[in-house]
Amino acid sequence: MPGISTAHSVVEPSALSKRIACGVVILYALIAMIPLVWILLTGFKTPPDSISYPPKLVFAPSLEGYCNLFTTRSRQTPEYIANLPPANGMCDEIARNRNMVIAGPSKFAPRFLNSLIIAFSSTLLAVGLGTLAAYGFSRFKVPLADDLLFFILSTRMMPPIAVAIPIYLMYRELGLSDTRLGMILLYTAVNVSLAVWLLKGFIDEIPREYEEAAMIDGYTRLQAFRKVVLPQAATGIAATAIFCLIFAWNEYAFAVLLTSGEAQTTPPFIPFIIGEGGQDWPAVAAATTLFVIPIFVFTILLRKHLLRGITFGAVRK
Amino acid sequence: MTETSTVSHLARGAAEATPEPVARRVRGLSDRAIAWVFIAPTIILLLAINIFPLIWTIQLSFTNYRANRPNAAVTNVGVEHYSNILSDPDVWHSMQVTAHFVLWTIVIQTVLGFALAYLIDRKFRGHGFWTTVILIPMMLSPAVVGNFWKFLYQPQIGLFNYIVGFFTGMDPSSFQMIGDVRLAPWSIIIVDTWMWTPYVMLICLAGLRSIPDYIYEAAEVDRASAWRQFWSITLPMAMPFIMLAVLFRGIENFKMFDLVNLLTSGGPGSTTEVASITLKREAFEKWRTGYSSAFAIILFVTVFGLANIYVKALNRVKSR
Repeated sequence: MPGISTAHSVVEPSALSKRIACGVVILYALIAMIPLVWILLTGFKTPPDSISYPPKLVFAPSLEGYCNLFTTRSRQTPEYIANLPPANGMCDEIARNRNMVIAGPSKFAPRFLNSLIIAFSSTLLAVGLGTLAAYGFSRFKVPLADDLLFFILSTRMMPPIAVAIPIYLMYRELGLSDTRLGMILLYTAVNVSLAVWLLKGFIDEIPREYEEAAMIDGYTRLQAFRKVVLPQAATGIAATAIFCLIFAWNEYAFAVLLTSGEAQTTPPFIPFIIGEGGQDWPAVAAATTLFVIPIFVFTILLRKHLLRGITFGAVRK
Repeated sequence: MTETSTVSHLARGAAEATPEPVARRVRGLSDRAIAWVFIAPTIILLLAINIFPLIWTIQLSFTNYRANRPNAAVTNVGVEHYSNILSDPDVWHSMQVTAHFVLWTIVIQTVLGFALAYLIDRKFRGHGFWTTVILIPMMLSPAVVGNFWKFLYQPQIGLFNYIVGFFTGMDPSSFQMIGDVRLAPWSIIIVDTWMWTPYVMLICLAGLRSIPDYIYEAAEVDRASAWRQFWSITLPMAMPFIMLAVLFRGIENFKMFDLVNLLTSGGPGSTTEVASITLKREAFEKWRTGYSSAFAIILFVTVFGLANIYVKALNRVKSR
């Protein structure tokens, strides 16, 4: 039967088609990386280098962007600067070369800290609540389970702006406006839907027999949950946590509408990093770099779970 | 209040039933209690932070309340806001702008994403690594990266204009992506495509991987051409996944806010004023809380409808 022997060649593509595919995909990947490479490079340019024409690919690296990101500076006369004691550290020296002295720390560090606190706390809460609820939905007959699960999912589909109005009013009444606690609760509520859906998938995959065996050995339901299910679901819980973390870390719409000062996170803050005579692009690039680096790392850690995470666990790889 | 006391009552019930594990499992009542204790906090949180605000929005949408004048008298205006919105040319304009975005981003991202997935499915050496590289933009913050794109789009100094100029011979300072009425919508479509094509690609890839090899083997036995195989096997079999990606991108882009707010804030004029931007203006700049609540409800109903279709699609993909 000569026809069948060629069947395998269809499933395994030819060398030429592979080479073309490889070329096109790499080309796309390289083009897609250009903006990111440019962010990284701009962070190490001086402000004049960053806005030179044509755009500079080769330049003398400088930490001015990072210095400017973390400090505020004030302009002084050259005579004033000449009379100052020796520069106090590298950033001070860079500032003095531009006839400026460092006036104090910028707001970037506190905003970054807000991002860290809000993202991690809301993730912890969302994953905690989500794990319990997912276990509940996975192992017990819950009345109206499908409707409840749809309700949970639909809360994530709401346009943030549409809920922002009453949340703004509600938070104003409760004194939660512009507080970290308010943002933590809000992000927890948004994330818990993803957490439930994702974790339900992970827990569904753990055979019920494990818990049943444990309970026959004398464990209670809760002990079985803690000592059998939780360790088995650990990878899934970790992946879910990273997805929640990425969402809370990147969120902008609620942050820009509901925070303005104390509890402001990094995304609404970065566009307002202003230098002398317009936006200080090296400082913006530095802030963006610091902000996206954790996400780079997480993306690589997550690559096996990405598909689940973005489809609420419904599609598996 | 009643809800919390019910929960603590259930929790107590669960605790009392703890001593005899096997009996408990058989009786089942305590299992139900555990189920509720486990699920209730999530439901309560969502009721407090999503459903309660939503109901409040519905109520506000029938009044002329203004959030910047909390002490002013509030009168009931009935469905006036709804009829005003549906006959407001500005609202229809923003709906049109939104539809324009949703349509173009979906078309471009689906074609590009599926093509990439199809190529990656050739399983050339190193495809895993390059897939991960391609997926990175999708994981970043649209606001933070979108803000940087504003720099790339600068006509004098921006990299985007320079590269376009380099390949087309155009003068890089002769066109403005953000400032030009015709180009501004495309400045957003380009960034959105850059960010979200990987998303479509990933779902399409899952669709392609779900097609069993034996179907191709059978087609080969029948001497179906590669072209024929693509149209009769690959595309129809991957279609539920493609639809899923389309639907999800549709929902997400329908409520798109961060990219637009950062890149153009709706301008120039109102050429990029999508529904979310109009809503933000009405609610947080003009402080027409009642009016914007009605608008929010209209948007929400639309998204809710889409979400309903989404879940049905999910279940269909799941049951395959």
